[in-house]
Amino acid sequence: MNGSSEYLLEMRNISKHFPGVQALDDVTFKVKRGEIHALVGENGAGKSTLMKVLLGIIQPDKGEIILKGERVKIYNPRIALSLGLSMIHQEISLVPERTVAENIWLGREPTLKRVGFLKWSELFSKTEKLLKELDLIINPKQKVSSLNVAGMQMVEIARAVSYNSDLIIMDEPTSALSEKEVEKLFNIIRSLKEKGTSVIYISHKLDEIFKIADRVTALRDGQYIGTSDITQVDHQTLISMMVGREIKNIFPKKQIEIGNTVMEVKGISRKGAFEDISFSVRKGEILGIAGLMGAGRTEVVRAIFGIDPIDSGSIFIDNEKVKIDSPKKAIKLGIGLVTEDRKKYGLALCRSVKENISMANMDKFCKLSFISRKKELKACQEMIRLLSIKTPSHKQTVSSLSGGNQQKVVLANWLQTQPKILILDEPTRGIDVGAKSEIHKLMTQFAEEGMAIIMISSELPEILGMSDRILVMHEGRVKGEFSRDEASQEKILACAVGGEQSGK
Amino acid sequence: MENKIGSINYRELLNKYKMVLVLICMVIIMSIVSEHFLTSQNIINIIRQISINAILAIGATFVIITGGIDLSQGSVLAVSGVIAASFIKHGYASIFIAAITGILVSCLLGFINGLTIANFKVPPFVVTLAMMTIARGIAYVYTDGRPIVDLDKRFLVLGQGSLGFLPYPIIVMIIVAVLAAIILYMTKFGRYVFSIGGNIQAARVSGINTNRIIVLVYTLSGLLAGLAGVMLASRINTGQPQAGQSYEMDAIAAAVIGGTSLSGGVGTIAGTLVGAIIIGVINNSLNLLNVSQYYQLIVKGIVIAVAVIIDVKSQKKF
Repeated sequence: MNGSSEYLLEMRNISKHFPGVQALDDVTFKVKRGEIHALVGENGAGKSTLMKVLLGIIQPDKGEIILKGERVKIYNPRIALSLGLSMIHQEISLVPERTVAENIWLGREPTLKRVGFLKWSELFSKTEKLLKELDLIINPKQKVSSLNVAGMQMVEIARAVSYNSDLIIMDEPTSALSEKEVEKLFNIIRSLKEKGTSVIYISHKLDEIFKIADRVTALRDGQYIGTSDITQVDHQTLISMMVGREIKNIFPKKQIEIGNTVMEVKGISRKGAFEDISFSVRKGEILGIAGLMGAGRTEVVRAIFGIDPIDSGSIFIDNEKVKIDSPKKAIKLGIGLVTEDRKKYGLALCRSVKENISMANMDKFCKLSFISRKKELKACQEMIRLLSIKTPSHKQTVSSLSGGNQQKVVLANWLQTQPKILILDEPTRGIDVGAKSEIHKLMTQFAEEGMAIIMISSELPEILGMSDRILVMHEGRVKGEFSRDEASQEKILACAVGGEQSGK
Repeated sequence: MENKIGSINYRELLNKYKMVLVLICMVIIMSIVSEHFLTSQNIINIIRQISINAILAIGATFVIITGGIDLSQGSVLAVSGVIAASFIKHGYASIFIAAITGILVSCLLGFINGLTIANFKVPPFVVTLAMMTIARGIAYVYTDGRPIVDLDKRFLVLGQGSLGFLPYPIIVMIIVAVLAAIILYMTKFGRYVFSIGGNIQAARVSGINTNRIIVLVYTLSGLLAGLAGVMLASRINTGQPQAGQSYEMDAIAAAVIGGTSLSGGVGTIAGTLVGAIIIGVINNSLNLLNVSQYYQLIVKGIVIAVAVIIDVKSQKKF
């Protein structure tokens, strides 16, 4: 045993070049036994590439990996697993039509020797034991497709734990979890740590990192920036390590004069989704809607936008009662909706930036249903410039852009419709700090120009930082309303979990 | 991976024109192997032979770009053919009206396909599979299973005649291809076809009436199948209820070889034409080399499989 045995894993001088970009440049990354090590950096900083190298998904050009004091070569993910490395991927990779138990032990099912028949009872009892250990209330016999996203995420976590790995990599594990479930995950992480398991925790949410991590390493543009004990850094330093500049004002909120009521929603209900929702939003105002995952926030805005029908209640725009039965109608009335999950609802990924930017606006560029190329191109280039979308050209397929730039493309699509009311559902989920701040700046700018903005967000700092007024939803109902001044993290959270009725 | 920023590179170009390259290679090899291959008569022959498949394939391209599939084209083609033939044979209507009637009935069948898919959210595969059987049944019922032969000489011009050195089927194919390209690239409808295939949810949220576009796309596919049916009836001088069996497969194959992605959102008319020509060249070459029909099927199948493998591989880059 020498001095280096303090480290479970050492990745030394790792370099990886892709055509056109140095994805990793001489990066060194060390993880101690039983520590929770946060890995931070903007999108494209090289975090994913580094983890892919560790798991053997890609091979580095240079550098070595030392695991438990021994030099190892990891050619494929199977070797990584056998060496005690497992990963929870950001995107869920379960077989939806199979049970929880089958998913957790996929490929490692207990079978009768040689014959290969499954031992179902053992499969289920093993799963039950594992889920109990993790304090998860999930039925092992349930089909995965019947779980909500958070439930699926928990199954992924259980699967990663079931390998009894020495090191678990978690890539944005909380992106689909509510605050309560995040707490549960943290408890699981802490108990893993007690057992001596190390965790590499990748997240954009700095609050989480300060809560759970022991140490933190920052990467920027493929380079190693530094490692530090979490107690030695604060938000500002961490952010400046990631972006290389200080973001003075994380939330560029401005006091804007708030005008007349633009939209008023009176007592709308949709069976099984939400009930008796009333609120209004005014010119220049940013209305935040907070709540836990599944509180019915997305359902409300979908209904307002005419995607789903409402059973009762009415909507007024500029004091006039309107009936919105399709997105087309909503757009005509001056509403824009930046949906949650841009890949699923927002973008045609295999199509170009230009086509995505003009998707909701083709009428504007068409004469007798023929497209005016010139007009369209001009408008799109204007948008690319206005939102500073980083793309080599308007012809680039959207799938090759970073998350932040993809989100800007969705925004551009809606800006072109020149909405009076812009609804943003989780506008900054899964995008890096720099792009996040840019989107916040744009929101402020739109409000200044007189737009009324409704923003759904599960990130409390974002809600608190950007909203003039905050609506809190719980189980399909509005539970409270707070002004910017009276709102606090504690009050909103208490309200969101269904605590005391509060606000005006 | 964000490594593609930068100028257009080789691989991208190669990727874009890979099937053209394949075609050029085939032509070069064949012109060395057989002296009959690279003659103007043989070339025109090939293109005339593919014209019906190309027209069907253009319909298939629209459908596949939306992420759907149309298995009923071959049967719908037969319905159109027998209706046009019988109208002419029995003198129900002028030749022109007879042809139009056949095509309109095909449009209606395509329209029903689209309506069912859009409104009941049934997978296109199942709906058009059902229509494949139904339309074939209609063709048999209508003709009582007997071919309608010996049609008016003037009707045969469409399939057999030519304008100067260009046979009419080729002219029709070129007109269809040009119109299709104009619709696909220059109109709002065309753009919506791509948007729906790219992401139907996003298209819906963006205010696009997705149901309407889907209905139109299947109607268009029916229309082109109808046109192909009339052309085939004219060419073989028969309204044949068995006509067009498994033609839809060749049409889909041409589209896929030409780079249309079965997962939707990607495809071009030029690519589809290249795909149809490749299939035509394979058939012609094997004929010239005296390879039996049976082997031709195997070779064609392999080419299709390879094309799809290449398609999937090149998509993985994203």
